[in-house]
Amino acid sequence: MQKLLAWIDDRFPLTKVWEEHLSKYYAPKNFNFWYYFGSLAMLVLVMQILTGLFLAMHYKPDTELAFGSVEYIMRDVDWGWLLRYLHSTGASFFFIVVYFHMFRGLLYGSYQKPRELIWIIGVVIFIALMATAFMGYLLPWGNMSYWGAQVIISLFDAIPWIGQSLSEWIRGDFVVSDATLNRFFALHFFVPTLILPALVFVHIVALHKVGSNNPDGVEIKKKKDAEGRPLDGIPFHPYYTVKDIVGVAVFLIIFSAVVFFGPELGGWFLEHDNFVPANILHTPPEIKPLWYFTPFYSILRATTSDMVTWVLTPYFAVLGLLALFSVRQFLTKAIVLIATVAILIGFFTLEAKLWGVVLMGMSLMLFFFLPWLDRSPVKSIRYRGWMYKLALVIFVVSFIALGYVGTKPASGLYKFIAQVGTILYFAFFLFMPWYTTYDKTKPVPERVTWK
Amino acid sequence: MSEEGMNPRRRRLLVITSGLGVVGTAFAITPFVLSMLPSARAKAAGAPVEVDISKVEPGQLLTVAWRGQPVWILRRTPAMLDELKKDENLLADPNSTVTSQQPAYAKNLGRSIKPEYLVLIGICTHLGCSPLPRLVPGAPSGLGDNWPGGFFCPCHGSKFDLAGRVFKNVPAPINLKVPPYKYLSDTRIIIGVDQKEGAA
Repeated sequence: MQKLLAWIDDRFPLTKVWEEHLSKYYAPKNFNFWYYFGSLAMLVLVMQILTGLFLAMHYKPDTELAFGSVEYIMRDVDWGWLLRYLHSTGASFFFIVVYFHMFRGLLYGSYQKPRELIWIIGVVIFIALMATAFMGYLLPWGNMSYWGAQVIISLFDAIPWIGQSLSEWIRGDFVVSDATLNRFFALHFFVPTLILPALVFVHIVALHKVGSNNPDGVEIKKKKDAEGRPLDGIPFHPYYTVKDIVGVAVFLIIFSAVVFFGPELGGWFLEHDNFVPANILHTPPEIKPLWYFTPFYSILRATTSDMVTWVLTPYFAVLGLLALFSVRQFLTKAIVLIATVAILIGFFTLEAKLWGVVLMGMSLMLFFFLPWLDRSPVKSIRYRGWMYKLALVIFVVSFIALGYVGTKPASGLYKFIAQVGTILYFAFFLFMPWYTTYDKTKPVPERVTWK
Repeated sequence: MSEEGMNPRRRRLLVITSGLGVVGTAFAITPFVLSMLPSARAKAAGAPVEVDISKVEPGQLLTVAWRGQPVWILRRTPAMLDELKKDENLLADPNSTVTSQQPAYAKNLGRSIKPEYLVLIGICTHLGCSPLPRLVPGAPSGLGDNWPGGFFCPCHGSKFDLAGRVFKNVPAPINLKVPPYKYLSDTRIIIGVDQKEGAA
């Protein structure tokens, strides 16, 4: 056995890779509950790829056959119902796990220097995941699939000049049709089986280059023993592999409970309107995406022309002035001034529909800038002052509120909540440079705290 | 290989070959990108549709499919046509000034060739849902006592009048689109073919 290993090691760095990434990868010893979700996200990805592969053996990407082939999987294929429910429930759990994983980053400042690239790659993964989920949702060719895709692809129409041609290029037709379904199936296979694993690989390579953050936000590489091992680190294998298996077991219990007892989860994981085949002449009474997209959908719907004129205009005017007084260099001042004036002119000359699309895009894009918006000298929430804590609470509450009202009709109180939620959502990012600068932080310990 | 230590000739060749490589890649990508455009079949499927309108009763709405989109044919009653003159101050664009939304021959009060028959693409100009007919004026439509009759989009609450003109302060920015169409006879129209200018 030793000889075989040596033979391989001479030809492939097997032992080296194993040691670098598992048996001699030192992770901080104070990981807590929030550190389960990275490995769980990988588990769900593998599960989605496998169930998806077997579903693809029976599914037909054709507008005449698609809806029927899903029914066929549910009724006639042996264990087909299980494959499909694992896949549909897996999609929702993927987002639950990823949202927890991202929240962990916000809690402990995992996006801060030197982990900016890990965070950026992570946001790219998140966007690729959203695209995959969106395309997958069209495949059953239910009525909500059809109209949901119709509405979301129409968003591109709002882009001046090229919008119309771009949305025709995406659909391959003038409306969502057979061409659209066929290419969405191809992409729904290609992106998660090739692109997502590649991105996850790069995400982890970047993580293992700089080392894991931890709930204290202390760099464990600063204190090493005589052999160069971090004093506060423990080998990932076997310590964290074993810990993660516990997480996997608990996760699978909850996951199975949903798959076997309530795969539709009262319309939250599988929408009732999607149990009817697509009908190009009839919109469902209320078009809404699945729960994981509703926070962003709410931002889109909240942006009416009144909102742009009476709320967004003063909001961005104040923000622009604040930025103008805070930056020192003349060049930066000029850029801020021009950008603010351009946005304000845009608010009065361009349609509210376009601003809705821009705001929805911004609500995702702002995540990319988080490492530079945060000016705090400390990473972990444990050593931050009240301002960041309050901002994070407001952000989480507004995110959940936006998600909830996104499933409701856009009128009356729901619309008002969506508009307030939108303002607060953006405030978390846009005012971050100020509240993280003035926030009183506590001294960070030299070593991780450990009971 | 440091920047300074590089032979200028070698450097120039490197820049030229890399530049050509980029151009070549762009050429190679083009067919792949263009293959995703609407195919010849999809374009042909935009073929005109003939509709017999003789069976449509006054006040009745007929829905047909053209290019995979719902097209409404509404036979308006004289009362409905009177209503069009009254609701002008409620509308964002009462005179149909956005030229992309109707052929020139339908740029009139009723947005139609013959005032009686309205032909509209039933796709909301906001985000592409299909609005619902709420043709009866007033309270029965559930849109308040002042509702003049028209169409209501359930997705995001946009409202349109009986000529497909958009109301003020709703998410949809412009009027519903009138497709190109022409009369083959008094009772038959064809959707997707333009009426000759001047003829009616």
